Amino acid sequence: MSENLLSVTNLVKNFELRVNNGARRKKRIVQAVTNVSFHVGRGQTLGLVGESGSGKTTVGRCILRLIEPTSGTVEFEGQDLGALNFEELRALRRKMQIVFQDPFASLDPKMTIGASISEPLIVQNVPGDHTDKVIELLELVGLSADHAQRFPHEFSGGQRQRIGVARALALNPALIVLDEPVSALDVSIQAGVINLFEDLQARLGMSYIFIAHDLSVVRHIADRVAVMYLGKIVEIGEQQDVYEHPTHPYTKALLSAVPLPDPKTERSRHRIMLEGDVPSPVNPPSGCRFRTRCWKAQDVCAQEEPMLTIRPSGQMSACHFPES
Amino acid sequence: MAEKVLEIRDLHVTFDTPSGPLEAVRGIDLDVSSGELLGVVGESGSGKSVTFLATMGLLPARARVTGSVMLSGQQLIGASAKQLRSVRGRLLSMIFQDPLSALNPVHRIGDQIGEMLRSHQNLSTHEAAKRAIELLDIVGIPQPSDRARQYPHEFSGGMRQRVVIAIAIANNPKVLIADEPTTALDVTVQAQILEVIERVQERFGTAVVLITHDLGVIARVADRVNVMYAGRNVEQGTIDSLFDHPSHPYTRGLLASLPRPGKQRLKPITGFPPNMLNPPSGCAFHTRCEYAGDICKGELPNLVSFGDLETACVRARELPKSESFA
Repeated sequence: MSENLLSVTNLVKNFELRVNNGARRKKRIVQAVTNVSFHVGRGQTLGLVGESGSGKTTVGRCILRLIEPTSGTVEFEGQDLGALNFEELRALRRKMQIVFQDPFASLDPKMTIGASISEPLIVQNVPGDHTDKVIELLELVGLSADHAQRFPHEFSGGQRQRIGVARALALNPALIVLDEPVSALDVSIQAGVINLFEDLQARLGMSYIFIAHDLSVVRHIADRVAVMYLGKIVEIGEQQDVYEHPTHPYTKALLSAVPLPDPKTERSRHRIMLEGDVPSPVNPPSGCRFRTRCWKAQDVCAQEEPMLTIRPSGQMSACHFPES
Repeated sequence: MAEKVLEIRDLHVTFDTPSGPLEAVRGIDLDVSSGELLGVVGESGSGKSVTFLATMGLLPARARVTGSVMLSGQQLIGASAKQLRSVRGRLLSMIFQDPLSALNPVHRIGDQIGEMLRSHQNLSTHEAAKRAIELLDIVGIPQPSDRARQYPHEFSGGMRQRVVIAIAIANNPKVLIADEPTTALDVTVQAQILEVIERVQERFGTAVVLITHDLGVIARVADRVNVMYAGRNVEQGTIDSLFDHPSHPYTRGLLASLPRPGKQRLKPITGFPPNMLNPPSGCAFHTRCEYAGDICKGELPNLVSFGDLETACVRARELPKSESFA
């Protein structure tokens, strides 16, 4: 087992919501992330999956302290990020980068690609002329040197995402948070970008946190997977264990809901249909948050919150009545 | 053989843009029979949505539409606004990706369904309200009589899409066109909506056209599939044949690029989708095709029967046998 690059312990993020109710103002708390703990090893990929509102993006941003966590600790290379002052945090940020979902919104339309890619180097006061570095980075992500003089509108979605990756790589980070990095891309382009992530990791050895709602993509790229539901991790473990022997009913339902590109399998598959929608994180259900949609729920699920427990197949899940 | 309810022949759609004419649809032929679910798959810009917006007569006036669209014997291309109004919602309905923008935020759900009923049928307000509640029940909305009195903002995304389906099927149309109906929804909710669409199709014998970029969705619900690339049909057939032995190189490429269980490396399609202002000559896919030869640059291929599929590739017969994705 490799050394842990990142350890997240009991991470909590509550957002305050002001509700104007006529003359009266009420404050409500959105519990976006509740007691999330996990670690990421060097050179590893952790997949973070869940439906909208599960808190996966918030976790990614709390790690980089793009948003301030309410409580909990994030340790990166043994340093507690919460204890650092602004200057120290800024220095450490060189090692942690993020790639966003929308390749059209994440590049400044008025900056050349070269300027966008070298900006992190300037921000971090890396001395020297960055032309060679920019060319090296462009070639690393499968673009060419003469692209540096062009502007974002001259590129397709897939190419822009590659530019975003080049910018994230500029400071040789040890960790990159990939927040839905391929969901805006067409299928035929997606595969190339996923291959790029794999190649870069094999070559440069950085770790990824791969946030996505597409379970097939995460299965392909992740070493370990955490499944989130309403701000909590309900199951976490090695990719193979989680996908082949899901033990949490939600994981099982989620996997069975994903349509597979194979008509024969689709016809013969047993599908678990979940009723209703994900409840509001403003007022999450007591006990197990999944119980309102769970076919196994008993009284105990409403009263007692299940803890993450190690299962025979190797992973951990939080359920009073795990699947076997 | 089921009755052909929708026949599209040689459909072309051209938009005038500041950079010149853009031909988004370049000669589409397509049939839909009653009771079948036809999947239309393609990437962004392939013309799949524009084809069906043209069918519905919903394109802006600056779009030039030629060709023929016959709906149960009635020609829709060139039909008057009045004729189209009488067809839309009664014989032909369409639902879209974003259910919230399809609903009026200031009217009750029940009234919005009732409006659709009363614009095509001679019903009293009371009868329409009663029928609206039945429709909400059909699409699986619990407590339909209470829900009918609520407004769109009180519904979740999945529930709103059910309401939109209820409106679309209110007059029991012959054809329901669903344009990416589950793309904005979570996967567990997507499964519910696909089930509603299948249920409607079985119960009323509605022909459904499901437009999507997700081959998994196609494999789950479609009977037949039509693959579009750069405004043309490149391949069509039953889902079993198409997933088992795709013959067009683009279809093969799409299927091979999807991640599947096991850690084998993904095979992307090289290059980019074409710029439709200036599409490649001949077969538009030749710039990205590993099998392309000189002949592909000259000739615009048409769909030709090839085994149990129809394929628009001049070299289809010479290509090596495809691996099976079924």
